[in-house]
Amino acid sequence: MFYREAGDFSTTYSQDSQTFPIKFDRYRYYVVMAVAFLVVPFLINDYWANAVMLPFLIYAIAAIGLNILTGYCGQVSLGTGGFMAVGAYACYKLMTAMPDVNIFFHVILAGGITAIVGVLFGLPSLRIKGFYLAVATLAAQFFLVWLFNRVPWFYNYSASGQISSPERTVFGIPVTGANTDAWATYLFCLVFCAGSAIIARNLTRGSLGRTWMAIRDMDIAAEIIGVNPLRAKLTAFALSSFFVGVSGALFFSVYLGAVEVGEVFGINKSFLVLFMVIIGGLGSIFGSFAGAAFLVLLPVLLKLVGVDMLGWATDIVAHIQLVVVGLLIVVFLIMEPHGLAQLWRLAKEKLRLWPFPH
Amino acid sequence: MLDQAEGYTTADGRKIGGVVMEMKNITLKFGGVTAIKDISFDIREGEIRAIIGPNGAGKSSMLNVVSGFYVPQEGEVWYRGAPRPPMKPYEVARQGIARTFQNIALFEGMSVLDNVMTGRLTHMSAGIGAQAIWKGKAEAEETANREVAEKIIDFLEIQSIRKTPVARLPYGLKKRVELARALAAEPQLLLLDEPMAGMNVEEKEDMCRFVLDVNDEFGTTIALIEHDMGVVMDLSDRVVVMDYGKKIGDGTPDEVRANQEVIDAYLGVSHD
Repeated sequence: MFYREAGDFSTTYSQDSQTFPIKFDRYRYYVVMAVAFLVVPFLINDYWANAVMLPFLIYAIAAIGLNILTGYCGQVSLGTGGFMAVGAYACYKLMTAMPDVNIFFHVILAGGITAIVGVLFGLPSLRIKGFYLAVATLAAQFFLVWLFNRVPWFYNYSASGQISSPERTVFGIPVTGANTDAWATYLFCLVFCAGSAIIARNLTRGSLGRTWMAIRDMDIAAEIIGVNPLRAKLTAFALSSFFVGVSGALFFSVYLGAVEVGEVFGINKSFLVLFMVIIGGLGSIFGSFAGAAFLVLLPVLLKLVGVDMLGWATDIVAHIQLVVVGLLIVVFLIMEPHGLAQLWRLAKEKLRLWPFPH
Repeated sequence: MLDQAEGYTTADGRKIGGVVMEMKNITLKFGGVTAIKDISFDIREGEIRAIIGPNGAGKSSMLNVVSGFYVPQEGEVWYRGAPRPPMKPYEVARQGIARTFQNIALFEGMSVLDNVMTGRLTHMSAGIGAQAIWKGKAEAEETANREVAEKIIDFLEIQSIRKTPVARLPYGLKKRVELARALAAEPQLLLLDEPMAGMNVEEKEDMCRFVLDVNDEFGTTIALIEHDMGVVMDLSDRVVVMDYGKKIGDGTPDEVRANQEVIDAYLGVSHD
C-alpha cells in the first residue's frame, strides 16, 4: 500500500545500480536530506544538539568507517578508539600549527593522517585473521592511547595533558570553541556525515566494494578471480581509518572541545562503535546510522523514562543501560546477526506485498 | 604423435589449435608425500581436456598447480609458449585463467549479480576517487562490465535469480553461478573442478550443455576434472588419466578406454 515498486522500471544499468533503485525510497531519501539540511537547523537547540544530534552524526561516521572494515571487508578491529584519537590529535596539531587554514580542511587532513596510521596497523591483517587480528588491533588501541598520553609534543606541552580546541570559524561563523551555536555545529557535522555516507555507499556498490566483500566471504576464491588481497585489505583499512579519523576530529573539536585521551578514546569507545555496527547491521551503510541512532538514543530514552518519569536514581539507570546494551548484543548476535538493517529490509519486503501476502 | 604448432581435428569436425598450456615433468610434494610424480601433458587451443583418475590420484593438486595455488618442486608450467614463473593466484587470474572449485566457493553474502560482477574485477581499473563520487570512469566502467555480466547471465539462464543472495540458492544453481563468475572473466583457459559433482541427471545434462556451449560459442579452452565417466567420454576431446600421482594414460576417450593400465586402475588388479 505504502511501499510500491510496481510500474517502477529501470531501463539502463546505471539506473538499476543506483543507491535507491525504487522511486519511493529515492523520494524518502530526498525528504530526509531536505529535512536534515533545511528544517532541523531552525529547530535545533543546545540540548538536542549536544545530547542527540552531534553524537549521532559523529558516531554514524565512525560506524560507517568500522563497517567498511568489519562489515564489508571482514577484518575485525578493536582499534576504533585509538584511530579516533589519531584523528583528534591530528586535527588538534593542524589547528594549532596552521590557524589560518579553514577547519574544514583540517578535519579532512586529520582523516588522511589517520588513514596512513590505519594502513600501518592494517599490515598484520595480511598474515593473521579473525581473533588474532582483533588482538593485533587491540594492541594499536593501547599503543596509540599510550603514545598520546606520554609524548608531550602531541598535546603541545600543556600542563594538564589535555587538548582543547581553539575557536575556528567557517564563513565567519564559529563551529569550535566556547561560543558556538547549536545549528552551526550541527550543520558542520551533518555535511561531513552526509558526505561520508555518500562516498561510502558509492565505494561499496562499485568494484572496490565487491573486492572487499569477496575477501570477506571467501578470500581464496577472491584471490583466484584476480583480487590482490594485499591491496583489498589495505584500501579497506585506509578508507575505514579515514572515516574514523574524521569522526575523531569532529568528536574532539566540535562536540567535546577538550579531550583527555585515555578517558575519551579508550577501549570503551572501540567497543561502543563495534556494538553500533553489530546492532545496526554488518555490511550496511544504513545499518551504521541505525546502530549509531540506537546507541545514542538509548541512554537518553532510559534517562527520560527512568530518572524523569519513574524517579529512579541516576546510577541505577546507568547500570540498567549497561545491562540492556549487553542483552541486546547477545540477542542480536543470536537472532539477527545482520542487525537492524536486516530487520528494516525484511519489513520492506513484507510491506512490498502488504496487505496480500502472496 | 601430435604436431606442436599444428592442431588436430576432432571427431565432430572442430579444429583444435596449438598448445596453450604445457606441463613439463611436474613433481609436487607435500613433505614426504608425493602428490604428483613427473607428469607432462599439454592443453590445446579450443579443446576440452579432461583429467580423470580414482580418488586421491592428484587431479585437484594438478589443477591447483595450473591455477597457481601450488608451486611444483620440479618441472615447469609453460603458458602460451613461455615458462611461467611462480605466481600468486591473482596474477594467474590476470593472465586469463579462471576456475571453479570442487566445493562451491561463491561469495555467500552477495547477490548473484554481484558474484558474477566480481568475475569482471580484472577488467576494472577505475581509481578510488572516481569510485567515491561515482562519476566518469567508474560509472562508465560499471555499466560496460554490467553488460558483459548480463550476457553471461543470459547465456547460463539465471536471469530470474540475479538479485537473489547466493546463500538462498539450491546446490545446482550455485554451481551454475560459479561457472557464470568464472566465465565473466572472459578467460582464455577455464578450469572446472568437478563441475557435475553431486548433481542429478537433469542438472548434469544442463551443465554438460553449458560446457559445450561455452567451448563452442566463446572458443574457450576448457580443462575439467570429473568423476562421471559417461560425461567425460562424451564431453572431452582428450583425456589425461592419473593414478597415485602418475600419468597412466593420455589420448582420445576411445584410446583411453582401451588402455589396459586405465582399466586396471579403475577396476583393480590382483598383485600376485
